[in-house]
Amino acid sequence: MSAAFIFEQLLNSLQLGVMLFVMAAGLTLVFGVMGLINLAHGSLYMVGAFFCAWVAGETGSFWIGLGAGLVAAAAAGAIIEMLVMRRLYDRDHLDQVLATFSLILIFNEGTRWVFGAQPLYLDIPDALATSVPLPGGGGYPLYRLMIIGFGVLTAVGLYLLISRTRLGMQIRAGESDREMIGALGVDINTLYTLVFAIGAMLAGLAGALVGALQSVEVGMGEPVLILAFVVIVIGGIGSIKGALIGAILVGLVDTLGRAFLHQLFALALPPAEANGYGAALASMSIYLLMAIVLAWRPKGLFPVNA
Amino acid sequence: MLEMRRENLLNAGIALLLLAVPLVAWAIDETYYITVASRVAILALAGVGLNLALGFGGMVSFGHAAFFGLGGYAAGVLSHHAFEGSAFMSWPVMIDGSDSTLTLWFAALLLSGVVAAIIGAISLRTTGVYFIMITLAFAQMIYYLAISLPTYNGEDGLPLYLRSNLPGLDLSNDLTFFFVCYALLLLAIFLSVRIVGSRFGAALECARQNENRLSAIGIAPYPVKLTAFVLSAMITGLAGALFVELNGFVSPSILSWHLSGEIMIFVILGGVGRFYGPIVGAALFIVLETVIGGYTERWQLFLGVILLGVVLFARGGVIGLLAGKARHD
Amino acid sequence: MTEPLLVLDGLHKSFGALRATDNVSLDLAPASIHALIGPNGAGKSTLIAQIAGSLKPTAGTVRFLGQDITALSVPKRAQLGLGRTFQVSSLAMAFSALRNVMLAVQARQHATFRFWRPVRVDRSLIDPSMAQLERVGLKERAHLPVTALSHGERRQLELAVALALEPKVLLLDEPMAGLGGEDSLRMTEVLTGLRQDVAMLLVEHDMDAVFRLADKISVLVYGRVIASGSVEDIRASQEVRDAYLGE
Repeated sequence: MSAAFIFEQLLNSLQLGVMLFVMAAGLTLVFGVMGLINLAHGSLYMVGAFFCAWVAGETGSFWIGLGAGLVAAAAAGAIIEMLVMRRLYDRDHLDQVLATFSLILIFNEGTRWVFGAQPLYLDIPDALATSVPLPGGGGYPLYRLMIIGFGVLTAVGLYLLISRTRLGMQIRAGESDREMIGALGVDINTLYTLVFAIGAMLAGLAGALVGALQSVEVGMGEPVLILAFVVIVIGGIGSIKGALIGAILVGLVDTLGRAFLHQLFALALPPAEANGYGAALASMSIYLLMAIVLAWRPKGLFPVNA
Repeated sequence: MLEMRRENLLNAGIALLLLAVPLVAWAIDETYYITVASRVAILALAGVGLNLALGFGGMVSFGHAAFFGLGGYAAGVLSHHAFEGSAFMSWPVMIDGSDSTLTLWFAALLLSGVVAAIIGAISLRTTGVYFIMITLAFAQMIYYLAISLPTYNGEDGLPLYLRSNLPGLDLSNDLTFFFVCYALLLLAIFLSVRIVGSRFGAALECARQNENRLSAIGIAPYPVKLTAFVLSAMITGLAGALFVELNGFVSPSILSWHLSGEIMIFVILGGVGRFYGPIVGAALFIVLETVIGGYTERWQLFLGVILLGVVLFARGGVIGLLAGKARHD
Repeated sequence: MTEPLLVLDGLHKSFGALRATDNVSLDLAPASIHALIGPNGAGKSTLIAQIAGSLKPTAGTVRFLGQDITALSVPKRAQLGLGRTFQVSSLAMAFSALRNVMLAVQARQHATFRFWRPVRVDRSLIDPSMAQLERVGLKERAHLPVTALSHGERRQLELAVALALEPKVLLLDEPMAGLGGEDSLRMTEVLTGLRQDVAMLLVEHDMDAVFRLADKISVLVYGRVIASGSVEDIRASQEVRDAYLGE
């Protein structure tokens, strides 16, 4: 096991972690401000990926595609906020779960209708289709490094947005007291639509960026959605900081589990069995992490007083 | 009082209708519909299980597919070994496969119950949206475990070649199989009625309405909820075992989170906390699948729209529409 | 002199920099009513929550019937005989009044894990529950759902539920709050009638009721007990007048 391999795996964890953060940030922002649990967040991820792949295919430019993916996801978010979500803020979580589950069914079939049943493929832009040498030998894809960069930019951007801007002030006010935003003279409907669209755009960003690493297909947002749930449950629902820490933790545990667990088992078991059990335990590892965190802190690492 | 009577009449009608469908199908030799009715009965049974936790205990479990699937795997794996003539495990105790229906049911009840006790013990430390997400996440964990364990074909699943043996009955006869599913469904509803009406049920319903109240009179909510969660999971697990027998196939798809959502849909479409609601919900679901699915592959689009409409505008479900608000006197 | 039933010793509770409870010590003698008064935000409800067990104090102990219960959960304390009513009525809203009380009777019998027999026909639950409802004057309303009861009736029901536990001590968090003159008078009568059976720690703003009921009064301001004594002492105290009564 070389140092380069370990380093590469650490970068992979970081890449998965920041993508989960971008995804989870939108989810936790919407929960923090509006108290809404949105299962259709994964559908917005899918919308971002599909529009990015489609526009990039038509124009030949990944970057135009990325822009289109962000706009489409934000627009889809704004539309479902105005049509559906708005009616759900005062409902219990069960209604929210069911309504947004219905939206998943609608989005999945709708996407299949518009784009067909075949997956789309999104190419990495030529300029980024190279590797950067790693210390200790080997290389790491530049595109994945860029994803990490995007994730860090998102984290910094969100931090600045929330701590330094007028919108951020309204968001913070909205988290602590809905009536207070009314008192600040803010139109609450516009604020909620805007916050939801920002969350949707983040999901679209994650979908578009990951779309170039895997095939773009219907249902692609669902496994990511569930990972994002694990992240915000670990971090504390409603906390952006918690989402960041949770995402990095989940990225680390998942990637390193897959890379190293079977090697650990191989110390005691024959290779075939070691691989089998290693893979099985690796696929469970983040849920075990979640269980441990919750047994210790039932409201996550950074609980938000709601 | 009038509403109570109306709901009772409605319930009797629902139960009789579900019984009539396969009998008519058998009389006119449309055996496909016997299988459809068995599907409805089995999925409704899964819903009856969830309803105990969700409808009466207020525990919004988004992971009941885990128990459905575990029940299915328990039955499927044992009968697979029986067919192969191999042992399920040889250490620390010898456990052979089995083709006895009662053994398979027992295994399904046991496995789903034990796992529910573990998942519930952790998840019930949390409430609200955390509980929803955690039950979902634990179900995903079991789903991925089933996919990544190569022993039972992982993602591809296991075919089962024979139905199991129930003394005195021939389960390979579709109508007999339906009657068994139907009987278990009614039994589960009867058990739910007794449990909800009992002292335990009173505490459970109070936990749903107001947990602080329950604590303040000296009943700890946690063991009450955990017990109900386990009972709920066992009923759903039994449904899983029947489902696997009906299909002659077990695969991780019966553990998927879509199925968790669907079981929840059965409960909500019929009416949360209505004993016969899951039958209505499951039947509507299957009818939509069969009818709209006959016209277009996109039937899930319509299902989504209809479900969204029910959640936004018709909150009591079908039984709520027909029989008025639920009463708890 | 008999042993006090309930003893608070040096209770502290801080939320960050805020001291909600600051070195509170008091006790409650058998067959007595100890009233706790003070302005809004003085920390009365926080104190009740620490006695009932829903909040853990930062420091100090709560002793009940000679036993240190500081670490016990809410249900455990209730089982020992510590009953309470809530400031804002906290009942099982979908249940009838009767079923709310029946649940408390069942809790008193330590018989919750019974899955078969319907409570609907269980005389061992219904009869004692009806007796409690009669005691607070709600017998005629027994079969109505809580949602159909008036505010005053809900307060009476809260009391009936607490009494069904046959508590040794009752914590009453503003039982008169929001009651009209007649309801308030009725509640005062009921509480007076209970005094011999159960000791009460009474948080109340209605000073008429407090002066009529209490054997002893403690005044809480900013989390501290600034005065404690008989009704006459408190009426006479200049400090109390300045801090509270005079406002």
